[in-house]
Amino acid sequence: MKEYQTITEISGPLVFVETDEPVGYDEIVEIETGDGQTRRGQVLESASDYVAIQVFEGTEGIDRNASVRFLGETMKMPVTEDLLGRVMDGTGQPIDGGPEIVPDERQDIVGAAINPYSREYPEEFIQTGVSAIDGMNTLVRGQKLPIFSASGLPHNDLALQIARQASVPEEEEGDDEDGSEFAVIFGAMGITAEEANEFMDDFERTGALERSVVFMNLADDPAVERTITPRLALTTAEYLAFEKDYHVLVILTDMTNYCEALREIGAAREEVPGRRGYPGYMYTDLAQLYERAGRIEGREGSVTQIPILTMPGDDDTHPIPDLTGYITEGQIYIDRDLNSQGVQPPINVLPSLSRLMDDGIGEGLTRADHADVKDQIFAAYAEGEDLRDLVNIVGREALSELDNKYLDFADRFEDEFVDQGFDEDRDIDETLELGWDLLSMLPKDALNRIDEELIEEHYREEEQAEEVAAD
Amino acid sequence: MSQATESDVREDGIIESVSGPVVTARDLDARMNDVVYVGSEGLMGEVIEIEGNITTIQVYEETSGVSPGEPVEGTGAPLSVDLGPGMLDAIYDGVQRPLDVLEEKMGSPYLDRGVDAPGIDLEKTWEFEPTVEEGDTVESGDIVGTVPETPSIDHKVMVPPDYEGGEVTATESGNFTVEETVVELDNGEEIQMRQEWPVRSQRPAKDKETPTEPLISGQRVLDGLFPIAKGGTAAIPGPFGSGKTVTQHQLAKWADADIVVYVGCGERGNEMTEVIEDFPELEDPITGNALMDRTCLIANTSNMPVAARESCVYTGITIAEYFRDMGYDVALMADSTSRWAEAMREISSRLEEMPGEEGYPAYLSARLSEFYERAGYFQNINDTEGSVSVIGAVSPPGGDFSEPVTQNTLRIVKTFWALDADLAERRHFPSINWNESYSLYRDQLDPWFVENVREDWPETRQWAIDTLDEEAELQEIVQLVGKDALPEDQQLTLEIARYLREAWLQQNAFHPTDTYCEPEKTYRIMDAIKTYNDAAFEALEAGVPVEEITDIDAAPRLNRIGVQEDYNEYIDDLEDDITSEIREMY
Repeated sequence: MKEYQTITEISGPLVFVETDEPVGYDEIVEIETGDGQTRRGQVLESASDYVAIQVFEGTEGIDRNASVRFLGETMKMPVTEDLLGRVMDGTGQPIDGGPEIVPDERQDIVGAAINPYSREYPEEFIQTGVSAIDGMNTLVRGQKLPIFSASGLPHNDLALQIARQASVPEEEEGDDEDGSEFAVIFGAMGITAEEANEFMDDFERTGALERSVVFMNLADDPAVERTITPRLALTTAEYLAFEKDYHVLVILTDMTNYCEALREIGAAREEVPGRRGYPGYMYTDLAQLYERAGRIEGREGSVTQIPILTMPGDDDTHPIPDLTGYITEGQIYIDRDLNSQGVQPPINVLPSLSRLMDDGIGEGLTRADHADVKDQIFAAYAEGEDLRDLVNIVGREALSELDNKYLDFADRFEDEFVDQGFDEDRDIDETLELGWDLLSMLPKDALNRIDEELIEEHYREEEQAEEVAAD
Repeated sequence: MSQATESDVREDGIIESVSGPVVTARDLDARMNDVVYVGSEGLMGEVIEIEGNITTIQVYEETSGVSPGEPVEGTGAPLSVDLGPGMLDAIYDGVQRPLDVLEEKMGSPYLDRGVDAPGIDLEKTWEFEPTVEEGDTVESGDIVGTVPETPSIDHKVMVPPDYEGGEVTATESGNFTVEETVVELDNGEEIQMRQEWPVRSQRPAKDKETPTEPLISGQRVLDGLFPIAKGGTAAIPGPFGSGKTVTQHQLAKWADADIVVYVGCGERGNEMTEVIEDFPELEDPITGNALMDRTCLIANTSNMPVAARESCVYTGITIAEYFRDMGYDVALMADSTSRWAEAMREISSRLEEMPGEEGYPAYLSARLSEFYERAGYFQNINDTEGSVSVIGAVSPPGGDFSEPVTQNTLRIVKTFWALDADLAERRHFPSINWNESYSLYRDQLDPWFVENVREDWPETRQWAIDTLDEEAELQEIVQLVGKDALPEDQQLTLEIARYLREAWLQQNAFHPTDTYCEPEKTYRIMDAIKTYNDAAFEALEAGVPVEEITDIDAAPRLNRIGVQEDYNEYIDDLEDDITSEIREMY
């Protein structure tokens, strides 16, 4: 292994080194500073006489005399089932004081693309116990469903609630024939120590830590390190899912910090920027993370991703949420208005979407009436939302009886269906029955999205009677 | 992909530098757009720039670990596709490597590097039946025989367009592989079932004609309001979550084309898997055979190498043109052309080219128009007629239609299906905005609808458009003063328009019956609403209060026509009930 002391330029996170032997693209590099510290980095560009290196742990303290070693391999990480229960920093070094990790295997952290032909289409319902998700935007195993949030909103509480409650109905019935276990991988990028504590406390309190692997890159850790943290998390997830048959839920927070780090590297390399200064390849880069969710034919496990991102200025046309939305299979919106009304979790179901929902629900999966009930609730709630604007102008008296019912529906939907608190775990039956309770406020012939037979079966005649009596 | 078979390998070069998918090589003797093999693993790439001694190459595979000094090998041939029987029912990556073969060869569900596979199976034998005899004279492009490729499609074996043609000296029927000669000509040319064509050149045709036949999609909002012609072009722009992909899938499933080429360009892996799992089980509404029998899939998901994303639309359209040459109507869906444009942008920025608008290369508009121009209704060189219809999804950042890809696309295509996030949010699907969308084919397709569906198709449709337009205007007032403040006739219009929206424009892609709606049914639903409209306005004039008219029991049944299989009877009854119920009021 050849050592060079030929650094020509240090600029931001980048180091340029003159070389006289070829160095492979993406190879891992170790840089030893004068005071004996070792920093790791990766080759960003390799030419015949020089190499550009991106240093993960920051370049401060590196001078032109530092020695550079090329390790001759791309970035790999040790993987083993023993990672469960461990806490690592953003580069994969244990920080929990536990024993050294003895790897079963070493895997490339830039995972290869899954052949679309080898994938299995995700259609197994995951019950999160959150009505606004289970009922209206169902999550399935192997899906990537981000949470679109913004500063000051309780997205972390929701993520924790999902991590705590997520289950697949068959497991509850003790039908555990495939022997697959559930694991949570938590990848934190640039979150504050306080947020990190919140997560860790919850993991410890609920005993979830022993089935979790935690990667922590905190706000004061080097930004460039953030570009590898999610890759470590996903490599661990793939190993546990596809080699060890776990059903893995990966929570990545906060993707906005990850993208900021990408922008920082792009700027340091003087690349032609795309929208708002983010690199033109950000779509490809994000896709290489998000697309690592899924199922593979013939393997038991699955990787489900819930990336969390905070939208700068609550703006979902900002490149980060925008590109994310184009790659992920839907999104869950956390809403500021609902939050200030005290709705927990403050999920706005209207712009939220789960693309894989239609194949994951229905008879045999959730319930036969699920799709119709969901459609009808969406339509009725949208109608009620529209009318709220109007009511501000003309008042309730000017509206028809039916319009008033839609308004009441929208209110009750938020108060009873969406607002359930971060500690309540509702199963899918409860959620759908609650949906019927609400829909029965409306007259039967307004339920135009629901099959007539299902209306006969589930519609609550007494709700109508009560309504009339109350009038 | 076929370069592997070209044997005239050129001089080797040496890698000079590596930066992501862009590699430069020294001393490589290659022409522009030639395919080369890069590095000791033999990664496939294409020459995109030559400057003095330095050749720039875009590599179609991951370049991790590739280092300067490794060899580069030229093939002397441009990026080409293999054309021949075996393309239907196949699923390819962006450079026509069959994904099932790759899985087998790599022995892993992950895509490895440096593995090559021919686009069509070279060992499989096909039953060839000549349509020419010894002594016949054939010219380039002529059909010389047929092969039953799938239950739906007879593959026509043609004289390659770059052959001169001549007198047939030998041919026989029998089972052959695609590389065996099936027809010999007197000038020494030998015709095989397989031919190659460079993806970036259009296959020749005699004449481009004005399309006059609609590509029936089975989607009411498209067939009814914004039809596309066979040989036409359409764009579907929309923000994420507005239903681009579902619309594309619906078209791929139900469009009455003979062949469907579906290009998944930089989109989600799970979505492609859905297509791969769904299509073999679905039935073609016209032939009753499996949908896969007429479908060729090209899947280059967003995490697959970016350069192959750039090439996948060309691979797709070349395959489409080949089937067009046989006289088939081909529909090509590209989902999404924005990802293709972004791939161009990414490569361009790695080349440090001067950027145009929003970082896209200055040649973006030229590339887009070049691509869409390969669509059309053609008189082929063998005198058959065939068409290629191109439907491109566009994913504008932030749903903003003023961005370069949407704008440059709209300048070329003649049909515009604008997807609307508001409609999607209230789960109005397909969420195609009827006020913003347009089809420039409407007038030239009307004669077909008049002849094949109903004589008053154009008039009834115009009535629907007028009603929806009026609703849009009235809604603005309603927002201010509420519905009850409107005069009675306008309230009634709103009610009628609501049925047009809910019963006619909305269509449930996931309902087994509603997912496909034939033109006759599209007409009848529209007409049933018009029947209600006419009866209702008559009653209103006779003094019946609007509440009573809109409150009739039969009207909500309009919303259920879509899901009726025997819709004719249902609509007959419904129309009778509506008219008699209203009649009784005065």
